[in-house]
Amino acid sequence: MPPNDPTRVTLIRTPLRMRLFLPALLLALGQSAVAMADEVMNIDLTIKDHRFSPAEIHVPVGKPTQLTIKNEDATAEEFDSTALKTEKVIAGGRSATVRLRPLGPGRYPFMGEYHADTAQGVVISE
Amino acid sequence: MLATLLIVFREVIEAGLIIGIVLAATRGVPRRSLWVAYGVIAGVAGACLVAAFAGQLSSLFEGSGQELFNASILLLAVAMLTWHNVWMASHGRAMAQEMRQVGADVMAGKRPLGALSIVCGVAVLREGSEVVLFLYGIAASGGTSAAGMIAGGALGVLAGAGASALMYLGLLTIPTRHLFSVTSGLITVLAAGLAAQAIAFIQQAGYLEVLTSTIWNSSWLLSDESLTGRLLHTLIGYTATPNGAQLLVYLLTIAVIVALMRYVRSPHARAHKTAAAN
Repeated sequence: MPPNDPTRVTLIRTPLRMRLFLPALLLALGQSAVAMADEVMNIDLTIKDHRFSPAEIHVPVGKPTQLTIKNEDATAEEFDSTALKTEKVIAGGRSATVRLRPLGPGRYPFMGEYHADTAQGVVISE
Repeated sequence: MLATLLIVFREVIEAGLIIGIVLAATRGVPRRSLWVAYGVIAGVAGACLVAAFAGQLSSLFEGSGQELFNASILLLAVAMLTWHNVWMASHGRAMAQEMRQVGADVMAGKRPLGALSIVCGVAVLREGSEVVLFLYGIAASGGTSAAGMIAGGALGVLAGAGASALMYLGLLTIPTRHLFSVTSGLITVLAAGLAAQAIAFIQQAGYLEVLTSTIWNSSWLLSDESLTGRLLHTLIGYTATPNGAQLLVYLLTIAVIVALMRYVRSPHARAHKTAAAN
């Protein structure tokens, strides 16, 4: 993989997050599937001219990942995916982070809702 | 232009359905239009603010500001809807006992109109900020297509409002004595759906990373992207791929609202109230 490959994957350390939001109740149900991953794979994405680059992202099955999306357009875009259960507005010229839950194998399409004719992409979990 | 119309229509109808339910639930209440209008105006103003500060909002809480903001206002709406239903269960019953009928007078009490005003405001704020950002983007990019797209946006607002009005008028055809049960039911599932959405946002923010696996996938039957799917998403919180936490919170919300409504109607609660009154 060449060093400038846009699909380049980096390991970054997620900050220690408060994981105790409503948990006592849920944990009491014995379904404590708390993801204890301290290292989450990060994938960089760029939006330019209302297109995602790369438009195809590969993630490993069953591992949480995160997308850092930089919007290089002047106007806002909404990263939207019902398959990934995600909607996030990314203001023009800004970056945003989208966390992906551990995914089962398959294709998970996403789009930029404000420019759905050009801004299309897919996460492939394999 | 058509794409613009569809996007705006979709957002407007999502807010409009909620306002339609609120209007149906407050049928016959004096000054309810004023309260709803306050909510809508505040919602539009808030939507513009949120749109203007979208970048800053997003960078709060380690990049999860937007998700936590969405979750917070959704939970606020859930609380207000619960309060309204419980209030109606309590007072509607007491008044009906004295009058031996659930008539228009029952509707005219000092209901928590502020609560419903907040619900309308939240609905408009949520969907409105997306519309504002979208239309602003079109206007800012200029070009020859901008005029057509702005026209599409305006038509989208009108079409969304029209469709919402139709639903409201449909609800009004329900006889008054059933209207209370129907609107209570609608508000209960609406609140449950909003609570489930709030949980999805909290999970998206990286908190509450439990029960995240999908329970079922009914997208072959009704996909989230279809118009029916979207309408049901707003009305009853339908999603083709609910996860465990969403389903749990959905059912829990319904259970809590139903239990509270039963409690305030129960002899125990009434005796308590009588004792307090004496």
